[in-house]
Amino acid sequence: MKLESEHQGEILIIRVQDDRIDAAGAIQFKERMRELVAEPSGRVVLDMSNVGFLDSSGLGAVVSVMKALGPVRRLELSGLTTTVEKVFRLTRMDSVFIIHKTLPEARRNVG
Amino acid sequence: MSAEASRGFSQSVDPPDTIRFTLASDPEAIRHGMQALFALDLLAPLTQESRGSAEIVLAEVLNNVVEHAYATFPGSIEVWVTRREEFLFIRTVDEGLPMPGDDLPGGKMIRTDDLPEGGFGWFLIRNLSQELHYQRDDSRNILSFCIGVDYQV
Repeated sequence: MKLESEHQGEILIIRVQDDRIDAAGAIQFKERMRELVAEPSGRVVLDMSNVGFLDSSGLGAVVSVMKALGPVRRLELSGLTTTVEKVFRLTRMDSVFIIHKTLPEARRNVG
Repeated sequence: MSAEASRGFSQSVDPPDTIRFTLASDPEAIRHGMQALFALDLLAPLTQESRGSAEIVLAEVLNNVVEHAYATFPGSIEVWVTRREEFLFIRTVDEGLPMPGDDLPGGKMIRTDDLPEGGFGWFLIRNLSQELHYQRDDSRNILSFCIGVDYQV
């Protein structure tokens, strides 16, 4: 699971490089994310624009990362593709996250 | 395991519009099987929306077999996918443990305020599929369902 992180001002941006977060990669995703968000930052934005497919294990992993952030920082998501957006919408987990259409929008908006 | 998965992948010509393949009970094999299946010509005319729904349902079904039916021993899963008019008819057969109570789990509505990390699978399957049937036949689990699909114009 390839993830790239970058600080832009107070925002920690994490880009998923793989094209899917599925049962075969969910545990690795969770572990890598937990390492990356251990760094202090104001906001955490997960850029999912490369991710074409996410299953229930992947969704569970994203939720668990948000919980790991604790009560102050919320996990913000950006660039959900058609199928990924569908999984979030059907399970109503889209109401739990701050979701930005694109990364520039995430940078402009204060979560 | 990925090479194993691709070796098990075969498209039958009879009946036409049917793909039959066998996967090992391993998450990597399921991933490679899904990638190979959705790259086939048979599924190319589907809209992105329909492909997405089909991939979600099938991946959830197969990962359930890996995690539960084959929780204590490995095995294989046979899959048939038939494209007929506005539907994909899908059947999976495995020789793993039976479903608890020989019945399908419900797809409970998800309570988002509990921030669940699981329990999404059957909810998604039931939401995106129709005619979902489960049968325990001797030592085999047989699951069948269909998914309504649209085609690109």
